[in-house]
Amino acid sequence: MKIENQNRIPSKYILLILIIICGILLGVEKFSGGRGPLRLLGSYTVIPMQNGISSIGRWMGDLTDNFKTLDELKKENDTLQSRLDEMTIDNTRLRQEQYELERLQELYKLDQNYADYEKVGAHVIANNGTNWFNSFTIDKGSNDGIKEDMNVLAGSGLAGIVTEVGPTYAQVRAVIDDESNISGMVLSTSDLCMVRGDLKLMSDGRIRFEKLPNNDNKIDVGEQVVTSHISSKFLQGIFIGYISEIEVDSNNLTRSGYITPAVNFSNLQEVLVITSTKQDLIDGSKEGKEE
Amino acid sequence: MKRKIITFIFIVAAFLLQSTVFSRLAFADVRPNIMIVVTASFGFMRGEKGGMAVGFASGLLIDLFWGGMLGFYTLIYTVIGYLNGTFHRMFFDDDIKFPLILIGISDLIYSFIGYLCLFMLQGKFIFSYFLGHVMLPELVYTILVTLVLYQMILQVNRRLEAEEQRSASRFV
Repeated sequence: MKIENQNRIPSKYILLILIIICGILLGVEKFSGGRGPLRLLGSYTVIPMQNGISSIGRWMGDLTDNFKTLDELKKENDTLQSRLDEMTIDNTRLRQEQYELERLQELYKLDQNYADYEKVGAHVIANNGTNWFNSFTIDKGSNDGIKEDMNVLAGSGLAGIVTEVGPTYAQVRAVIDDESNISGMVLSTSDLCMVRGDLKLMSDGRIRFEKLPNNDNKIDVGEQVVTSHISSKFLQGIFIGYISEIEVDSNNLTRSGYITPAVNFSNLQEVLVITSTKQDLIDGSKEGKEE
Repeated sequence: MKRKIITFIFIVAAFLLQSTVFSRLAFADVRPNIMIVVTASFGFMRGEKGGMAVGFASGLLIDLFWGGMLGFYTLIYTVIGYLNGTFHRMFFDDDIKFPLILIGISDLIYSFIGYLCLFMLQGKFIFSYFLGHVMLPELVYTILVTLVLYQMILQVNRRLEAEEQRSASRFV
């Protein structure tokens, strides 16, 4: 005795109905961009479970860290101490330059629109389960003030951008994702380029840059690339990574190559979300000018 | 009712495992696709309607949390669940080769449609790379995981079926 025999509607028609539902969903998504009620449901059922699993993972990671020997820790402490000394010297020098810069900017009447962005910390609780894309879920959502298009940092570098927000979670698309596309700038020469993720490079954790003008500026391997001032979604001056390869394209007009990102994407655990979007800054500066 | 709840637990557990645990167990940056394993096995164990229902639920979860567009993965998984359901008549639960072949083919179809819609239509003609570095590794890893996971699904299904038969014979 099977349950299937009792139902009247043949499965072919059910399949057809489901396909039509999917088609409608695809169409609705195209116009409204919303998946509101479903998202709400997910954020109170699936997200807490993901939270639980990832916190167990973190706890176990901490546990293995506890077994480091005293020797290792002493060595690490020594290297960190020397790093700290270097940094302190650097910092004093930079601060002097900062004062000078501020003074000069005042003279030129330039307003500083990027200095310290406010940030919120968040845990990475889940990754994208497909092998095609590289995005991750963080445990802060619209309840914590996260909005779409906010930039996400990990350590010192750019990790990604918020693409979707639910009440208790947000989806972040990583810089190395195939669909990622950022307007970048070489720090030393201020030349603009396009930084785009690529499926082929995703496993090495590298990204490609393109359309860097082939002008007289000499750009070497190891130079820093940051987000540019013309990007509409990324805040200016966030560190993306170091150039690892560069070559002139066959058209002789542009250069392209590879960037090693500042962020290690293979084990991301904590990230920082910048709580102001580029749009906020643009709107803010417009209002300032109108007054 | 009990069957529905257990099936749902399987889907959610597979989803959670794939997005948390298996992303750490990735070999060469490739994860196994256990959502396909669950969808396909429920398909040929329970028939067309069961497969479709499981496929629809798993696809919807994926769309909500990993997908770009709502409905894309739902469509693929529903159809895969249905197609596996059509093999319900040929399924005997002491044979492991047949389910393995079905799950493998399902995974290949899924990857191929993904390549077609998400990469080729965007002008990224990288099929040979995609085949060698994403499709085939995923297939191998998925089949390895299937060897373990499938036994679990099979045992649960057997027990449920035995229970249902007992309660059905009570009425007769």
